[in-house]
Amino acid sequence: MKELFPAKQVMGFVASLVLTLIALLVVFTDMSYTAGMTILLVTAFIQATLQLVVFMHAGETEDGWAIYSNILFGIVIVVLSVLGTLLILLWDM
Amino acid sequence: MEFFERFAIPHPSPAIYASMVAIALVTIGIIAGLTYFKKWGYLWREWLTTVDHKKIGIMYLISALLMLFRGGVDAIMMRAQLSVPDAELLDAQHYNEIFTTHGVVMIIFMAMPFIFAFMNLLVPLQIGARDVAFPRLNALSFWLFFAGAMLFNISFVIGGSPDAGWTSYFPLAGNDFSQHVGTNYYMIAIQISGIGSLMTGINMCTTILKMRAPGMTLMKMPMFTWSAFIANLIIVFAFPVLTVALLMGTTDRLFATNFFTSDNGGMDMLWANFFWIWGHPEVYILILPAFGLYSEIIPTFSRRNLYGYKPMVWSMVLISFLSFLVWTHHFFTMGQGALTNSIFSITTMAIAVPTGVKIFNWLFTMYKGKIRFTVPMLYSVAFIPLFTVGGVTGVMLAMSAADYQYHNTMFLVAHFHNTIIPGVVFAMLAGLTYYWPKFFGFMLNEKIGKWAFWSLTIGFVLAFFPMYITGLDGQARRMYTYSEATGFGPLNMVSFIGAAIMAIGFVLILWNVFYSFKNSSREIGSDPWDARSLEWATHTPIPEYNFARLPHVNSSEAFWDAKMNGHQLFRGEYEEIHMPSSSGVPFIMGMIFFVAGFSFVFSLWIPAVIALLGIFFCMALRSFEKDDGYHISVEEIKETERKLGGAK
Repeated sequence: MKELFPAKQVMGFVASLVLTLIALLVVFTDMSYTAGMTILLVTAFIQATLQLVVFMHAGETEDGWAIYSNILFGIVIVVLSVLGTLLILLWDM
Repeated sequence: MEFFERFAIPHPSPAIYASMVAIALVTIGIIAGLTYFKKWGYLWREWLTTVDHKKIGIMYLISALLMLFRGGVDAIMMRAQLSVPDAELLDAQHYNEIFTTHGVVMIIFMAMPFIFAFMNLLVPLQIGARDVAFPRLNALSFWLFFAGAMLFNISFVIGGSPDAGWTSYFPLAGNDFSQHVGTNYYMIAIQISGIGSLMTGINMCTTILKMRAPGMTLMKMPMFTWSAFIANLIIVFAFPVLTVALLMGTTDRLFATNFFTSDNGGMDMLWANFFWIWGHPEVYILILPAFGLYSEIIPTFSRRNLYGYKPMVWSMVLISFLSFLVWTHHFFTMGQGALTNSIFSITTMAIAVPTGVKIFNWLFTMYKGKIRFTVPMLYSVAFIPLFTVGGVTGVMLAMSAADYQYHNTMFLVAHFHNTIIPGVVFAMLAGLTYYWPKFFGFMLNEKIGKWAFWSLTIGFVLAFFPMYITGLDGQARRMYTYSEATGFGPLNMVSFIGAAIMAIGFVLILWNVFYSFKNSSREIGSDPWDARSLEWATHTPIPEYNFARLPHVNSSEAFWDAKMNGHQLFRGEYEEIHMPSSSGVPFIMGMIFFVAGFSFVFSLWIPAVIALLGIFFCMALRSFEKDDGYHISVEEIKETERKLGGAK
């Protein structure tokens, strides 16, 4: 019975609900812009990782490295593009 | 009547009316021909509904050649207008429209389908698979590309062509300065075909990662498959930027948002920034598969294995990364500081290093080889020095301080044509000649092919090298005429003559297809070039299932090993083969996308909403459809294999 119970998915579901509630706090409580954005960003990234690993089964096959290295590549590209854009249009204009 | 006025051409000329008549006549001719020869059923069953990667590849190939001629006619008109000072063949507005459509057609609707054609034709064969990972998605990709291409091409007879350059910079492309619907066509047609490209990217990456034959590790893939993999990876990361930028541009034009406007908090420079975040990787999306083709052709005709397989792979991986870090070099003069320009100068020069590695690897592959100068090899050999010239002028342009002199001159035009034509176009023509026998069952005539090659090469040098000089002398790009006092006249005349010689080359290629179809031998076997990689291991014509038994692979040149070293490619008994079934939905969806796109261009909201609902309906239909494909029995396989010359 134990192996039939999807403990990982249930935990993941509960965790994603909790993360959503924490994010909702930003709307319903009175906090500074910086604090609110920090909470939103942190919960959003944990939420995305959770969905990817628990519910979209990333890394469960033997070529899981391909998915993770692609994600890493994507993150690096996005960070560099955003920093470059800020550099061009704001910081060094 | 007021309703129909929006479809009128804002700036007509006799040439455009003649094109309208020509388009109408060709359409009537095709419909009449199909009806007379009773080919509607054949067209629908064998082509419009097919999900076979080989047939989709051939459709991409035909579309790319058609678009090559469309873009080529644009080019000839531009060179003719510039051939003498103060010419009056075209006025400024027509010239603007023509250089815009020339750029868009050549990059988005010629080069992209050309590389997709080779990816579709070759990747499943090279990795020993029966089709791509998502065959129906593949068909949808093609029909979206096709819908986008057709939408873009009707612009010059209905409503007017875009005229803001292929880069379509805001605020020029905004409603204030581009009032007619041309730029809507640009935004929406590229959007539709861009979605198709993105889907191909996902499809090909999955195919290459998941469907390789037994024994084929990543480092044993043929080099074209590697280049296709890297190119598709770049597509997956770069095209979303274009999708979002085009969407923002569309809402700016249709719904009065202010992303790229110059007031109300908009930022027009953001468009240039987004465009080139996609645009520079796009350059490498085009050139890497071209490199892949050269890496297949040069070893075959040098009878040597590819020199430095691993450095080739790593240089492509490095290029894929660096290609995302250089985009600012397209607008060094936009006004950002010296710090930014210096950073992007350095990254741009750095990208020349892995490219140089590849050049040397091809040279070392040929070194001490037994070279056969066939047509594909001639293109490859001409590519190396010509492309290197383009690369060197690229490094000149990369120096941001010097770029203030080159920016927006014919020097730049010469540079990028110098990389794209010997790089991409020569590769495509070499690949076309090289793979023609595999997919059509007869060889192209070598003699006519060589005439075409020399016309193209000589024409290319004459057409583009003078532009380096006039560019340095200050001839600006995108200027529809110049005065006699500038002294640009004679060199521009040389350019025009070069362009005309290139046109002769392209006509010779068409003539070659026709001539060889009539005269070439059909008895060519499955391996006429004595080639090395897996795509030549199956029969010609290729059976729909590609390989009766999946090949076992031990190196990147498994077929060569099988021929020379007694490697056993095909082992074991025949088994039932599972194939995907055809579907008309991708074609219908493509047509609905066309209607939706057209409605958006002219702000016809009711048909637009209906068409969008139709698209969602097709998607829902697919979700609820139960289709497990079909099976080919062992008897049928044996029968086909026997007919094609026995199982190897």
